[in-house]
Amino acid sequence: MNTSVQIAGVEFKNPVMTASGTFGSGMEYVGLMDITRLGALITKGVALTPWEGNPTPRVAETSSGMLNAIGLQNPGIDVFCERDLKFLEGKDTKVIVNVCGKTEEEYVGVVERLADEKRVDMLEINVSCPNVKEGAIAFGQNSKALFSITEKVVKAAKQPVIMKLSPNVTDITEMAKASEAAGADAISLINTITGMKIDVERKRFVLANKTGGLSGPAIKPVAVRMVYQCAQAVNIPIIGMGGIATAEDALEFILAGATAVAVGMMNFHDPAASVKVIDGIEAYMKRHGIDDINSLRGVVS
Amino acid sequence: MKTEIAKIISNRPITGGIYDMWIKTTIAKEARCGQFIGVYPKDGSRLLQRPISICRISDDKESLRIVYRVAGKGTDEISSFKADEDITILGPCGNGFDPDVLKIGQTALLLGGGIGLPPMLQLGYELKNKCLDFKYVLGYRDSDTFMLDEYEECAGAGNVIIATDDGSKGVKGTVIDAINANGLKADVIYACGPMPMLRAVKQTSEQMGATAFISLEERMACGVGACLGCVCKTTKKDDHSKVNNARVCVEGPVFRAEDVQI
Repeated sequence: MNTSVQIAGVEFKNPVMTASGTFGSGMEYVGLMDITRLGALITKGVALTPWEGNPTPRVAETSSGMLNAIGLQNPGIDVFCERDLKFLEGKDTKVIVNVCGKTEEEYVGVVERLADEKRVDMLEINVSCPNVKEGAIAFGQNSKALFSITEKVVKAAKQPVIMKLSPNVTDITEMAKASEAAGADAISLINTITGMKIDVERKRFVLANKTGGLSGPAIKPVAVRMVYQCAQAVNIPIIGMGGIATAEDALEFILAGATAVAVGMMNFHDPAASVKVIDGIEAYMKRHGIDDINSLRGVVS
Repeated sequence: MKTEIAKIISNRPITGGIYDMWIKTTIAKEARCGQFIGVYPKDGSRLLQRPISICRISDDKESLRIVYRVAGKGTDEISSFKADEDITILGPCGNGFDPDVLKIGQTALLLGGGIGLPPMLQLGYELKNKCLDFKYVLGYRDSDTFMLDEYEECAGAGNVIIATDDGSKGVKGTVIDAINANGLKADVIYACGPMPMLRAVKQTSEQMGATAFISLEERMACGVGACLGCVCKTTKKDDHSKVNNARVCVEGPVFRAEDVQI
């Protein structure tokens, strides 16, 4: 039985990853699950310099999901390379680094800094975080801006580039096409959907940032639809994510056209959620007599 | 730290909206006073753990006690769990109180306000077992002084001072009012309670020249330090992100008062 998949020449032992921002760099989950079971680990967004993020409260639970407005708090690329990448040294899983920035130059700066890091297998460019005022989503909601930043990042990058797309757009296939046309090796989607929660007793916003990104099983049908639409629109591989809780959820994304998938918010519900998804996909393949996971990709169309 | 499907030994109300649960769990072996566990609701629409402080660790280290307030739908659901039922928990989480900071010959004040009271019970027993000198100052809303007998049993009735918001028992006012009314002094203060109380504790400890350890609360998602949801402002650069935002779930929930901006 083959569960391995390839994206831009990088081979993953299985199609299951942990989504950026939900899994730190894996250090935090030592003892709670075995990260070497993962096809890949996508690290939390890292910028050129440390970012302090938004005021608290930063998180709120919602029905079958949650809102977050962390604001990409991160220690900056230097600490990340010295500490987080060092931790990942020798761990048998692929490493995808999520890159964020406020300007094109900052994204390119991080990408250049990572060029010689052998532990980095791929880059995921975060042009879709809804919780920061500059950069991020500003690049992901305008196809011209997206094309421009993708082109610059791809030119500077030594590793294959994944553009992480926002669902907070009128037509996500436009963004997928712009990424492909600018030379991206793959796209990942969806980032969180902008939402809001109000505390009716106190008559105020629950999040200090007022709005936050909705994630978790509540958003899965939206994510599956968007992955399907993008799979029809572009030829580059897609990493599907948004509310994956079980193997069946992951398989929905694969059948809709995703090459790989990522488990996000459900890592908070169960640190071993991603491993259970991997085991469940294998069980499904046995049950259905499927020899190669790649034969399932996009069969529903 | 681990996630475990544990067994509920008992779960009963002790006063209006406050419940007392004992759980048989291997997490008790590693647990320290002032740490917390994440309790997961079973309803699939509520996916995040509820961080609840550890009130007691059994002497045989095989069970944990939590005393919690029903604050919303999640804790309401948890309050309906029955004895012998399974419960999924994460823990032990956070750093906890360090009882070894207090030395022989020194005095500690253990301050608890409202639902911040429960973790002070385990701390009291640990100080008592080391024959260290401490007093409880407990803040309640009114004459419903839940668990008071337990604090008196731990510290001796003469070493438990009460403040109530409505003045129906003890000193009228806050735990700080009770400290002032009784002229209490300490070398070390341990405190858990609502934010206004913790701010006052920080100020009072500075005036008293005491070292204060305060247990903070913040909305949390992962409970393991990955999501950076539950941060608090620190005076020095934090270990994780180097931006003066420490994680309450990992670097906390207990902080030296001087190290946090609250």
